[in-house]
Amino acid sequence: MEREKLIKEENLAYRKTPLLTDAVMHYCPGCTHGTIHKMIAEVIEDMGIQEKTIGISPVGCAVFAYNYIDIDWQQAAHGRAPALATAIKRLNPYKYVFTYQGDGDLASIGTSEVIHACNRGENIVIIFINNAIYGMTGGQMAPTTLLGQITSTTPYGRRSDLNGFPLKMTEIVAKLDGTCYVTRQSAHTPLAVRKCKKAIRKAFENSMLNKGTSFIEIVSTCNSGWKLSPVKANKWMEENMFPFYPLGDVKDR
Amino acid sequence: MSEKILMKGNEAIAYGAIRCGCDGYFGYPITPQSEIMETLMELQPWESTGMVVLQAESETASINMLYGGAATGKKVMTSSSSPGISLMCEGLSYLAGAELPCLVVNVMRGGPGLGTIQPSQADYFQCVKGGGHGDYRMIVLAPASVQEMYDFVDKAFSLAFKYRIPAMILADGVIGQMMEKVELRAPKPRRSEEQIERECGSWATTGKKPDRERNVITSLALDAPVQEQFNIKLINKHKAIEENEVLYSTYMTDDAEYLIIAYGSMSRIAEAVIDMARSEGYKLGLLRPITLFPFPKKAIDAFTDRVKSILTIELNAGQMVEDVRLVVNGRIPVNFYGRYGGMVPSPDEILTEFKKSIK
Amino acid sequence: MKEEIIIAGFGGQGVLSMGKILAYSGIMQDKEVTWMPSYGPEMRGGTANVTVIISDNKISSPVLAKFDTAIILNQQSMDKFEHAVKSGGLLIYDPNGITRHPARRDITVCAIEAADESAKLGNAKTYNMIVMGAFLKMKPILSMENIIKGLKKSIPERNHHLINANEQAIGTGMDKVKILNKI
Repeated sequence: MEREKLIKEENLAYRKTPLLTDAVMHYCPGCTHGTIHKMIAEVIEDMGIQEKTIGISPVGCAVFAYNYIDIDWQQAAHGRAPALATAIKRLNPYKYVFTYQGDGDLASIGTSEVIHACNRGENIVIIFINNAIYGMTGGQMAPTTLLGQITSTTPYGRRSDLNGFPLKMTEIVAKLDGTCYVTRQSAHTPLAVRKCKKAIRKAFENSMLNKGTSFIEIVSTCNSGWKLSPVKANKWMEENMFPFYPLGDVKDR
Repeated sequence: MSEKILMKGNEAIAYGAIRCGCDGYFGYPITPQSEIMETLMELQPWESTGMVVLQAESETASINMLYGGAATGKKVMTSSSSPGISLMCEGLSYLAGAELPCLVVNVMRGGPGLGTIQPSQADYFQCVKGGGHGDYRMIVLAPASVQEMYDFVDKAFSLAFKYRIPAMILADGVIGQMMEKVELRAPKPRRSEEQIERECGSWATTGKKPDRERNVITSLALDAPVQEQFNIKLINKHKAIEENEVLYSTYMTDDAEYLIIAYGSMSRIAEAVIDMARSEGYKLGLLRPITLFPFPKKAIDAFTDRVKSILTIELNAGQMVEDVRLVVNGRIPVNFYGRYGGMVPSPDEILTEFKKSIK
Repeated sequence: MKEEIIIAGFGGQGVLSMGKILAYSGIMQDKEVTWMPSYGPEMRGGTANVTVIISDNKISSPVLAKFDTAIILNQQSMDKFEHAVKSGGLLIYDPNGITRHPARRDITVCAIEAADESAKLGNAKTYNMIVMGAFLKMKPILSMENIIKGLKKSIPERNHHLINANEQAIGTGMDKVKILNKI
């Protein structure tokens, strides 16, 4: 069949959401940031809330998230996204506000802001990408780096006596009275993506129900930082990350 | 005539905020300015104007809440005192880098470190020259009365929005803690969403509309040439502010042979010094910078040709005096007298120093 | 008219609120006023003092080294402020707890037994109004009408039933003030 005849509305099996821009993503091949961006863009499109959504990008690999999803964005200082989100939501209660933060941003330098935003029960969505390493700065130890995991600042593997223990932020924020929905997801298989997108949608819906903070951890890979091929990185994640960071809803009220 | 109320400088800031249509206050307690948030909480403006008041978990969070709020085009403010302002300096740099209008009130106390809770002007360098990283300026207003604490809130917001730049009210413990009568001006309503869209829609993150590109608030420009262009834009903005927004006042300068330069509470003390000196036959006058950035360079330059010497007095070890000396450029003596660490000199003490300085 | 006053004593004696009532009464009489406290840990039991200036004209410095009147309510304040009274000025003090009485002869010195009198009135909280009454007897710069207005402005509405007791205490202070040294 000729190509022109084939491209018709009724033959459309898949279309990229128009909320995802045509900018070429700077993420490494194999990275799931792009997949997660797409899920968020699709949720915003599905809910028809492009005009009402404000995203906050972190310092880290996702700093340029504002180049990829076609909504209004603010780019925060390192770790401070939940403080920005607090004020945006309080001053604009009819807007959907979400932060997009990595493990260094959220679980290290920004621990105070995320704990207190969750504890106040701000009606915002926090999306936490945990790949157990600092990607942007070249593979240093993150607070979520596993014991024994090799990074550029733990070249012989993370040791609890030297570096402390990996931080389980999701379990911590689930304990706070201000959170309404706390879940841990991944984005490495089609099934995981479907589940994760559902969680994102639920979190966005929560933010208009005055129920409190929704917190989604997405356990991810960093094949560049981990120095593994994308396929091997996924396998490493399944074998090492998932036992320590188990997937599933931790809290839903 | 509107009612005159006796209140502290800190309380006047709170009244000024609610009555100028401020949308949000985010702050963290610290002496000697805690009455600002306490007064706001007492007045519960969320019930009247809809203004948001939030006690944040830290000064760091407060200033970043300002970033978030300001980036949606809202009139947002915080207040703190010296150690808290140090914590906010990172955020101030980001606000300047993202060209966001906001108001920060600094009721200065003695330092360095935890220092003292007593009055000081030792944050002049920090607030007037920057404090955070990178080449930036803030508009800095130095009130000298409780009425000005009230009035400058509205003034600072107007300037901040006119230039899309952070503005600061730089007061000290004397002005924050003293009570004077305040005339409350007619209240201004908060701006409607439509008005904010009209005035700030070209840049603020109010939600992407079909008829415009998405708005992105960021201070990131990895390409050096792009960053340099942005720096040039800021420099031009600062030049325009220096050209148009200088404020200062004078007292008894028409026939002055000697000049005192002082701002904030020290300018009030200086007025008493002028009266005492005049009664002893000294032709002494006062120049009080009201804006510290922009600094009244032209006015000081003009006085340099008319007076024999200048005495700069500050509650610090000599900070603004450096700016005075840059203007005077060695043409006449510029002397300095300061008290530090929370000590405030009496008019008598300064008069003695003035007499010494002209010997 | 320009009256520069320092009021000094312990935290809890009502030093700051007496200053506020004087200042507010000044506003009610169309005067310019400033009220400048020593602030900080003093609030929690140490010494507290406040400078109040009431003037027909705009007030310059809120910080002063010399005063027209010193109202002194403890020994530490006596040590600190006796010599800060301008020559020809006024010093009022409560002898209760004072071990070294004022020695100056170039100023008017008055005593008010405010602790005793407030005990007699059965209301320790009227202490500062008794002292204020003594001051107003010696320096009648404000009318009683404006003082009552100032009181109403200074104290929260829920305490307005105490206005009468305060007015009575001011009267007591006016009656009981004793001149120890007159110039």
